[in-house]
Amino acid sequence: MNSETIDPGSEHGIQNWVIETIVAIGLFVLGAVVAYNSWLLGAGWRDDGPGAGYFPFYIGLLICVSSALVGFGAIRRAGRDGKVFVTYEQLRRVLTVLLPTLGFVIGVQLVGIYVGSILFIAVFMVWVGKYHWAKSLGIAFAVMAVAFLMFEMWFKVPLFKGAFNPLRFLGY
Amino acid sequence: MAELSSLFHGFAVVLSPFNLMLMMIGIVLGVLIGVLPGLGGANGVAILLPLTFSMPPTSAIILLSCIYWGALFGGAITSVLFNIPGEPWSVATTFDGYPMAQQGRAGEALTASFTSSFVGAFFAVLMITFLAPLVAKFALKFGPPEFFAVYLLTFCSFVGMGKGSPMKILASMMLGFALAAVGMDTVTGQLRLTFGMHDLMRGFDFLIAVIGLFGIGEILLSMEEGLKFSGSTARINTRIVIETWKKLPKYWLTSIRSTLIGCWMGITPGGATPASFMSYGIAKKMSPNGERFGKGEIEGVIAPETAAHAAGTSALLPMLALGIPGSPTAAVLLGGLLIWGLQPGPLLFVEKPDFVWGLIASMYLGNIAGLIVVLTSVPLFASILRVPFAIIAPVIIAICAIGAYTVHNAMLDVWFMLGFGVIGYVFKKLDYPLAPLVLAVVLGDRAEDSFRQSMLLSQGTLTILWSNWLVGSITSLALLLLLWPLIARLLQWLKNMAGGSSTAPARGTPEHR
Repeated sequence: MNSETIDPGSEHGIQNWVIETIVAIGLFVLGAVVAYNSWLLGAGWRDDGPGAGYFPFYIGLLICVSSALVGFGAIRRAGRDGKVFVTYEQLRRVLTVLLPTLGFVIGVQLVGIYVGSILFIAVFMVWVGKYHWAKSLGIAFAVMAVAFLMFEMWFKVPLFKGAFNPLRFLGY
Repeated sequence: MAELSSLFHGFAVVLSPFNLMLMMIGIVLGVLIGVLPGLGGANGVAILLPLTFSMPPTSAIILLSCIYWGALFGGAITSVLFNIPGEPWSVATTFDGYPMAQQGRAGEALTASFTSSFVGAFFAVLMITFLAPLVAKFALKFGPPEFFAVYLLTFCSFVGMGKGSPMKILASMMLGFALAAVGMDTVTGQLRLTFGMHDLMRGFDFLIAVIGLFGIGEILLSMEEGLKFSGSTARINTRIVIETWKKLPKYWLTSIRSTLIGCWMGITPGGATPASFMSYGIAKKMSPNGERFGKGEIEGVIAPETAAHAAGTSALLPMLALGIPGSPTAAVLLGGLLIWGLQPGPLLFVEKPDFVWGLIASMYLGNIAGLIVVLTSVPLFASILRVPFAIIAPVIIAICAIGAYTVHNAMLDVWFMLGFGVIGYVFKKLDYPLAPLVLAVVLGDRAEDSFRQSMLLSQGTLTILWSNWLVGSITSLALLLLLWPLIARLLQWLKNMAGGSSTAPARGTPEHR
């Protein structure tokens, strides 16, 4: 291990060990929660056999042990390998998908999958792809029309219509 | 030859117009899924699974397994033409496929890859035909301890044969088990890890995990690179196909070796992706043209493609015979069996011969149909990749959301999908393997059941896992695999002590599916 120097070619971004440590801590907490809850449920032996928490208790413990080892490894290497988890430019690109997707799921909750998807596809095309709004809306509408035919009519699988159900007038 | 007559019976089941139509639809959809980024075998099948709820199980499995074959074929198209692996198992195909395309030999590379895919899959199906019934018959004698030992072996082999950090493999796998434990406990009826949330009573469905981890996660990863598709054009005509076919028999040794690697990695849950890398690496070492690998050597296309298909196909053997899937996609198909009301496991061969042999027969026909479809329609599928990412990405995300919703008609699942997408992105970047996580979510409950039943039989002592030679040897093998990373390190250390050198062994990047 002779990596005292940070690679000069590496771009600016979030260091790998930081995320590595955060994920390990997150997993450790999760493992502890699983183990604790299983303990409460009864991780031991009962009159009629192993309790409900018998198996998950050990699963929780194993999560704790493995994530602790991963976390210690990451902290020990901290900053020395200079590895970048994600550059800020990459993070920006990822967020241009992730944030609209978050908005999309909120939208689906409110207006349902069909209207939500049309809006999502159209907005995404205009915002990221710089398309004309009419073209974007047209493509989005066409895609969801096909989905509507396939799910509601042919396969009779009803999709989520949202809290406000703007498609009530269609009768589905 | 009872298998042969059963197989012919299976062909009779498959050769109905409805099933043949489903087969063609499945292949075409599958190739499409294989070509598109963010949609792969596992999540493609997961999304379409709810559409098959009302079909007869045999037709449904034909449709879904053909999507799987199609996806296996489709991954190669983007690898060769665009240097973008449509599927993780075709990463190794880019090493020589893309240079060939740049030299104007795209048609040759594609023909070679499709044909070797077919060869790999065909031998794997042959193996399934004759081996699966035997394994199933053998497994009929299994009790809970034996089944738990096999589960243990499945999961330990991830640790022993995975390339990444063993602790990360373990953490990822245990996270899967923890997710599987959420919900109502089947034995005591108690609620576990629901934290008072009513919706969590059902537990986490692994289909949601698959759609999120592989679908949304993959989209985020491809977006990171700011995907611009620019690739070569492909022309495949009969002349190129026949000329390439004339060359292929020369590489019979590579084909056989890759098939064997693939079958082995498929039955043990190594999966198609490590199989393709391993096969490429070994072919590079053994071939007389080894030093030309990476510059457009046809053998460098044959080796990974044969192994990937052999592995992808033979992953269905443990799923059919034991009810233990060898890959995430096989796991999704197994989930389908449960939904259609079939109990996976060795009894399936006895109770539902129509289903099992129909599926096996459809593997033969599906792969032939797949070969014909991809050889004739490459330009069509390649043109799909010229559709800009700004259109494809939101459409795929919307399709994933629909797929996640339809599993249980639950909006909460769409939120989980988003969460799993972020987890998938972060895990992939940190080299936490996703395949053990998914298989643990699928098998968690059943592994736990068999463990508890074993413990009931033995009144709580673990010695039942060594109570006879069969279960004892499986358990011991499992523990050996689990401890293999430690043993390997110890051996390396001893070797270094002897040799006096202290270079740390280099580790490759892990890539599981």
